[in-house]
Amino acid sequence: MDLKVLETSGGEQVKKGCSASGCGGTDDQLGHLPEEIRQKVHNHPCYSEQAHHYFARMHVAVAPACNIQCNYCNRKYDCANESRPGVVSELLTPDQAVKKTLAVAANIPQMTVLGIAGPGDPLAQPERTLETFRQLSEKAPDIKLCVSTNGLNLPNVVDRICEHNIDHVTITINCVDPKVGAKIYPWIFWKNRRIRGEKGARILIEQQQKGLEMLVERGVLVKVNSVMIPGVNDEHLKEVSRIVKEKGAFLHNVMPLIAEEEHGTYYGIMGQRGPNAKELQALQDSCAGDMNMMRHCRQCRADAVGLLGEDRGAEFTLDKIEAMEIDYDAAMVKRAAVHAAIEEEIQTKQTATPNVVTVSIDSLKKKKPTRPVLMAVATKGGGIINQHFGHATEFLVYEASSEGVRFIGPRRADQYCVGQDTCNEDESTLSRVIATLEGCEVMLSARIGLPPYEALEEAGIQPVSEYAMEPIEESVSKVYQEWLEAGKLDESAEMGASVA
Amino acid sequence: MALSIETACVNCFACMEVCPSEAIIEAKPHFMIDAKKCSECEGDFADPQCASICPIEEAIFAADGSPLNPLGSLTGIPVPRLLELVQQSTRL
Repeated sequence: MDLKVLETSGGEQVKKGCSASGCGGTDDQLGHLPEEIRQKVHNHPCYSEQAHHYFARMHVAVAPACNIQCNYCNRKYDCANESRPGVVSELLTPDQAVKKTLAVAANIPQMTVLGIAGPGDPLAQPERTLETFRQLSEKAPDIKLCVSTNGLNLPNVVDRICEHNIDHVTITINCVDPKVGAKIYPWIFWKNRRIRGEKGARILIEQQQKGLEMLVERGVLVKVNSVMIPGVNDEHLKEVSRIVKEKGAFLHNVMPLIAEEEHGTYYGIMGQRGPNAKELQALQDSCAGDMNMMRHCRQCRADAVGLLGEDRGAEFTLDKIEAMEIDYDAAMVKRAAVHAAIEEEIQTKQTATPNVVTVSIDSLKKKKPTRPVLMAVATKGGGIINQHFGHATEFLVYEASSEGVRFIGPRRADQYCVGQDTCNEDESTLSRVIATLEGCEVMLSARIGLPPYEALEEAGIQPVSEYAMEPIEESVSKVYQEWLEAGKLDESAEMGASVA
Repeated sequence: MALSIETACVNCFACMEVCPSEAIIEAKPHFMIDAKKCSECEGDFADPQCASICPIEEAIFAADGSPLNPLGSLTGIPVPRLLELVQQSTRL
C-alpha cells in the first residue's frame, strides 16, 4: 500500500484508497467534493492547486465603492508594487472591463475565470458589476464568472446575480458574533445611515448568513473567505467554519491577515500582527475537521491577470487594449482547443504517474508514530520538482507524517511589498526567503547554489536536489522514509535539527 | 447651503450612488459637489448621504468649513497617532 496523499476534508468524506495521482491530482482540494461540484470547479485555478498551474484567472477592477469599513483595509492605498487584495492601479468602466477580459481571453487562452473582487465591494452598488457580467455572459460564454462580496447587500441582489453565467460567489465572513465583528468592522452603511460597532456588525452578519443561504438554495457554489486575525477571531473561526459548512458553503479559505504600518490600515498602524505559518496551518487543520479547506490561495490583487502568483496586468493596460483588435469568435475556437489539450495533458500525467510503493502505512503503524516533517518544494508546476532554488518566487509546503503526505499551502518568497526599503533586490533576499521557510526542515529543488545551500543548512533546513524532475509527493515521501531509516523521526527527535 | 468634497477624496464613487440630488460630479483629480444641486439631504434623509458612506476622513466638508467625518472618526485610529504619521510622511 502506498503512502497515500491525504485529503484535507473531514474523515467521512475521504475517498478510501484514492491517492493524489489517481484522483484529480496533487494536493487537490477537489478530491473529496461531490462529482457535480468537481466538474464545475476542476478548471478553476483558484480552487485547485493542480488547475492553477494550467489555467489562468483575471480580476477586473470595476467596483470601487464599498459599504463597510474593515480594519485590514485602507481605501487610500494604491501602489504598483503592492499585491494585497483590494489594491488596484486602474479603475475600469464595465465597457473597458469587458474589452480587457476579451483581450486577455484571446491572448491567454488558458484564462478560464473572470472575477470581480473590488477594489470596493462588487455588490455594494451592483450596477457596474452586473453590467460587466451581463455583457460577458453574452459575448464570452466560455468564461466562468465569479464575484466576491462582504455580503451586506448580497440578499438584495442574489436574483440578479443568478441571471448571469455565475456559478461561484465568495463571501468574506470573518465572524458570526457581533462582539467579534465590532473589533473587525468599525462601521457599515445600511439603510441610509452609518451604523457603528456591534449594531453594525450584527446587521452585516445577518445579511452574510442570509445571502449564503439564498445562494445555496439557488444552486450557486459558495466559497467563504475568512481573514485570520490573531487574538481577534482566530479561535472564533472554528465556529464560523462549522456554521458555513452546515449552511452549504463548499469550501472555506482561511487567509492570514496582512498588516504593515505602511499599508495605512487600522490593524497595520495599531500593530495588530498577522499569524505565522504555523498558526495559520494549525487553524486550517482544526477547521478541516468540519469543512473542506482551501490551502493554496495566493491572495491576489483586485486587478490581477494570469496564473495564480503571477501578474500579467501590465500587458493589458487600457491604452494597450484600446489598440487591440479582437475576433472573439475565432479566439473561442482556439481557446476550446487549448482547454482540450490541457485536459488531455492532465489526464496523461495522471495515468503516467508511476504508482511506486514508497512507505507502507501498515509497517509504519506497527512502529510508534513518527513526528511530522514540513518540506518546502520549489516547482514551476505539473506536480514535479522542477524549479531552481534561486529562481523560486514561492514554495509549496508539504507535511509528511506516518499518516502520509499532504499539501499544507504555498509560501511566497517575495510576498508583498513591505515598504520602499525592501522593494529593491538586496543581499537580504536570501535571508528573507529562508525566513519564509520557517518551520520547514527540508527544501526540495531541482538545483541549488552552494552559498544558499550552506545558508539553508545553517538555518536548520536540509536542501535536497536529488529528486530533480521527480514527482513531488513521491519524493517527499522518499525523503521522509530516508529520515525514518536514519532515526530522525522519533517523537523525541529535536525539531529542525540539521542533517549531517 | 451645500457640502463640498476636498482633496482627501479617493474617487470611489460611493457618494455618487447614494446622493438623492445627483449633485456629485465625477471630476478629477477628485470628485466634486455641485453646490446648486446639493441640499445636504435636508428633507430626504436624517444624515447627508455622501458623508454617511464616505470612507475617508476629512474628505467632505460642511459650508462652515468643518469636516463631516473628522480625523479619527472612521478608522478608530487615535488622532495623536494619525498626526504623528502625517508628520513622519511630510519629513520624508
